[in-house]
Amino acid sequence: MEKKSVEELKEIAKDLRKKVVTILYEAGSGHPGGSLSAADFVTACYFYEMNVDPKNPKWAERDRFVLSKGHVCPVLYAALSTRGFFPEETLHTLRKEGSPLQGHPNFNCPGIDIPTGSLGQGLACAVGMAIGLKYDKKNSRVFAVLGDGECQEGEIWEAAQTANKYKLDNLIAFVDKNNLQIDGPTDEVMPLLNLGEKFKAFGFEVYDIDGNDMNQIVQTLDEIRGKGQNQKPKCIIGRTIKGKGVSFMENQVGWHGVAPKKDELERALKDIEEGF
Amino acid sequence: MEKIATRMGFAKELVELGKDYENIFVIDTDLSCSGKSDGFAKAFPERSLNVGIAEQNAAGVAAGLATCGKIPFVVSFAIFASLRMCEMVRQEIAYPKLNVKVVGSHGGLSPAPDGASHQAIEDMGVMRTIPNMTVVMPADYWSARKLTRAVAEFDGPVFIRFTRDSVPVIYDENIQLEIGKAHQIQDGSDVAIIANGDTVHIALEAAKKLAEENISARVLDMHTIKPLDADAVKDCIEKIGKIITVEDHNIINGLGSAVCEVVAEIGKGKVKRIGINDKFGESASYERLMEKNGITVDAIVEAAKSF
Repeated sequence: MEKKSVEELKEIAKDLRKKVVTILYEAGSGHPGGSLSAADFVTACYFYEMNVDPKNPKWAERDRFVLSKGHVCPVLYAALSTRGFFPEETLHTLRKEGSPLQGHPNFNCPGIDIPTGSLGQGLACAVGMAIGLKYDKKNSRVFAVLGDGECQEGEIWEAAQTANKYKLDNLIAFVDKNNLQIDGPTDEVMPLLNLGEKFKAFGFEVYDIDGNDMNQIVQTLDEIRGKGQNQKPKCIIGRTIKGKGVSFMENQVGWHGVAPKKDELERALKDIEEGF
Repeated sequence: MEKIATRMGFAKELVELGKDYENIFVIDTDLSCSGKSDGFAKAFPERSLNVGIAEQNAAGVAAGLATCGKIPFVVSFAIFASLRMCEMVRQEIAYPKLNVKVVGSHGGLSPAPDGASHQAIEDMGVMRTIPNMTVVMPADYWSARKLTRAVAEFDGPVFIRFTRDSVPVIYDENIQLEIGKAHQIQDGSDVAIIANGDTVHIALEAAKKLAEENISARVLDMHTIKPLDADAVKDCIEKIGKIITVEDHNIINGLGSAVCEVVAEIGKGKVKRIGINDKFGESASYERLMEKNGITVDAIVEAAKSF
């Protein structure tokens, strides 16, 4: 696949956001807030940066993707479908009985590299993949998307220190730092302090960017690719807005895990289209 | 009788497996000397990881490696391998049915002087409750070697439990053991003794004592408690009708429970369970702890005579 331009990527992100709110409305449950905040980075992964083959999802040379914050799978499902891993009709079966699109992702869905859902566990799996790929002398890389809230889990830091020990320069962690979690602002529930400094202290090369700005995302991915095998795992702190793109969902704790109703869906689609 | 710890059998076979299979990895958690994976680490440093005292992460790293076609053995004490890693084993290994082998050394009361904090009395039960898991415990050095190989060659997640102390060698290198299939050591007609791990040799001694009193005991080594060999249990009920289970584990949800589940559904026969009676251990010698918990030759003999 040819890399999409930033303008094209913005359009794709818009399309993915529309798909997210639509399939969540149809499912009647799920997680819009974090799906919308992570949409730009997920778009850049699947339409700019990652080397994958939708016709051969288990291709051994592929880059891996780990959605550590598994509850925002609607945006990943939308990306996989749009990229050609499975037909668009399947998207409309989200969370329904018999669907390959489970409420949290598993191997039933083509393109899922590891099941996730229980928070804090994805980075360790990504580390294992990165070690395995390096051992096999493959150039494949591993992209892991983490929530800021889940960085309260100790296992994230156990995994981070392992990434440092094994010099996993093929690991790129993106923290979708939208500052909100179920019970409220992360700063109130459990202050994360300076996440970028923390990852730096754990041996990562850290990039602090606006995680909803496609220009910055693409530039950062270019820069990381340019570093080659420099022995350092990478962490992008993506400052994002939970519910990004939908006026009434932005920065609203209440939209963490609630699906839009019919009228809300219509307003959401309009907001996304118009780039409110 | 020669005595060797089951973990030594694991150590030896793991190195052999490393030679035969280039995709076997070992993930240590700062316990490679105790868990006996240090030999593998020396022989195959490039396939040996040590993630430090971070068991949850160890399980996740193992899952990630398995998605790349590796066969990871993640090694810790049984207590930590089952309980500290528990949710990661469930979510990232058992649920996706990844080919990871979770190794618990120092199972049961065997880390005896360490006290209750280190004695795994719930591990096999917890692991048995997780779908897709296979749960195995070898009885001696040779079964440890054979079952370690069988586990490596089995496609899917397995929890395998070893113990700390030396136990009598009851088999030889020709022993054939199959995962999910009970091994009948001797036949008998009055009572069936079904044991696993370190208690198999205790069961054998009890059978010998019973024979002196003209009580004929069948002895089964139920090295796999999941999937349990239900046919072997049924055969004990059909032909004998009386079963004694023996295990170094809480009598809740271990071997005894698994056997009782089968017997209850048959609707006839009787089972007596010997094991830890739902209480925590303490610091003492292993022998003394087994005695205090009634996991002894005499207790089995007594149970056999009091049906």
